[in-house]
Amino acid sequence: MSSVEAREARQPWILLSPALTAVGLLLFVPLIFIVVYSFWLRTATGADVAGFHLDNWAEALTDAFYRDILISTLRIAAITTVVCALAGYPAAYFIARSRGNKMILLLLLMLPFWISYIIRTMSWINILGVSGAINSALMALGVISEPINMLYNETTVILGLVHFLLPFMILNIYVSLEGIDTNLEDAATSLGATRWQSFLEVTLPLSLPGLAAGGLLCFVLGAGTYITPLVLGGPTDAMFANLVFEAIITQLNWPLGSALSLMLLAVLGLLVAIYNRYLGMAQLMKGLG
Amino acid sequence: MGRFSLGWAAVSTWAVLVYVFMFLPVAVVVLLSFNASQFGAFPMTGFSFRWFVELAENEAILRAFRTSIVLGLLTAVISTTLGVLASLALVRYRVPGANTISTFLIAPILVPEVVLAVALLLFLNFLGLHKSFALLLFGHVIFTLPFVVLVVQARLIAIKPELEEAAQSLGASPIQTFFAVTLPLMAPAVAAGALFAFTISFDDITGTLFWKPGGVETVPTQIFAMLRNSISPEINALGTVMIVMTVGLPLIGAAVARRLAARSGG
Repeated sequence: MSSVEAREARQPWILLSPALTAVGLLLFVPLIFIVVYSFWLRTATGADVAGFHLDNWAEALTDAFYRDILISTLRIAAITTVVCALAGYPAAYFIARSRGNKMILLLLLMLPFWISYIIRTMSWINILGVSGAINSALMALGVISEPINMLYNETTVILGLVHFLLPFMILNIYVSLEGIDTNLEDAATSLGATRWQSFLEVTLPLSLPGLAAGGLLCFVLGAGTYITPLVLGGPTDAMFANLVFEAIITQLNWPLGSALSLMLLAVLGLLVAIYNRYLGMAQLMKGLG
Repeated sequence: MGRFSLGWAAVSTWAVLVYVFMFLPVAVVVLLSFNASQFGAFPMTGFSFRWFVELAENEAILRAFRTSIVLGLLTAVISTTLGVLASLALVRYRVPGANTISTFLIAPILVPEVVLAVALLLFLNFLGLHKSFALLLFGHVIFTLPFVVLVVQARLIAIKPELEEAAQSLGASPIQTFFAVTLPLMAPAVAAGALFAFTISFDDITGTLFWKPGGVETVPTQIFAMLRNSISPEINALGTVMIVMTVGLPLIGAAVARRLAARSGG
């Protein structure tokens, strides 16, 4: 190999090295570190004892409290994902098939991405709160005399999550609907299928990759949240990430917090791995880019 | 028939409802921020700017704004630099294992942010870097980087390498070519990446709550702290300011980019 070729081959690695180093040192090494750390012990005095102790893992894996919250976290994420899919599919279909201002519709859909998550989450207090829009309207109309308590339960947590995650779902479905040749639908109808049949037999199956990508994003992002339950949930609506936050920030039990984080990572990572195995990451990147 | 069918009507109605669902709560935040009533809730008792005036006089909120803006700008500069270099390598060169590298670079958004936050906090703390502005900056760089890589890569693909080859065949050195041809063509991609990084950093709360030192607040964590008491009209006003900033900036950015593109095209 001549020296010019060698330089040519080196150049991309020089360009890549800062980013690769950053991700390596700030993500992968820290992840390996917390694996090690999860086997350490935090003593009552606050000092860490290095070593190979299974105590944190025993607590994280056997304590019914953690298990119940893990299950309810997965349930909340699953319900959120299903609601997003049901609500988002027709909207995505509308955007993909409308002949009007597709750009405007997409831009409107992108706008929530630019509006702060915490603002969008807390905005529901203005709607559902004791002196929120719904209670005020009902009281002004004389339907109720006392405000109804609608906030701070699991339903409002799911509502907040759906509001946050719906654009991810719609965008992913839209991307895959856009990629479908509309002639296929026309062909199906001209061969005698009703529009509904051609949708069920042709369009829906072809758009499943987008639906799956959107579903994965909604589930993983939903299951990893701790802000939404803190803002819109009640005292019993903690999700798994709240436990991590409690262990790390409040109790300062970092080895236990490491074990809990890794549990969450393992469960959600398994889903990503299954997705990657069957559908590959390309579809997901299409939706993100 | 066709799209004027009953089915299409149902789909359209549904889509309108979804848009209303997306925007109504946010619209209410903006509406209530102008409410003269002192409780920051319904009913609207009049139109007033008093909550914005109070915001501007609230030292804690102003400090949070300064922190968020400085953090966002530094994040954008570092993240965009790393992201643009990496994207150039991935788009312009045939790199062995390019797919694996891509997945590696977007890994920070595949890992739940809470887990990333814990890992980074504990690891850097172990190395002696405690909760600090630097830790916050490292954290923001690492989770904005994948978005920059995705956005910049998508736009770089659209630039024809022939233009660079032409410059080089006319005698320009690789470095001259980069500054005279590649960089101007890349400018919109770089700007988009930087804007993305800034906005994501400016909005972040999940990681920030783990990394921020005591007493330091960004705008989202300040809002979060204020929510603990109860929803005040000031929060709605702050929300309105955030919406104007994070929605207004990209729109202005897009307009400027279009202007620049029009000028270089004509």
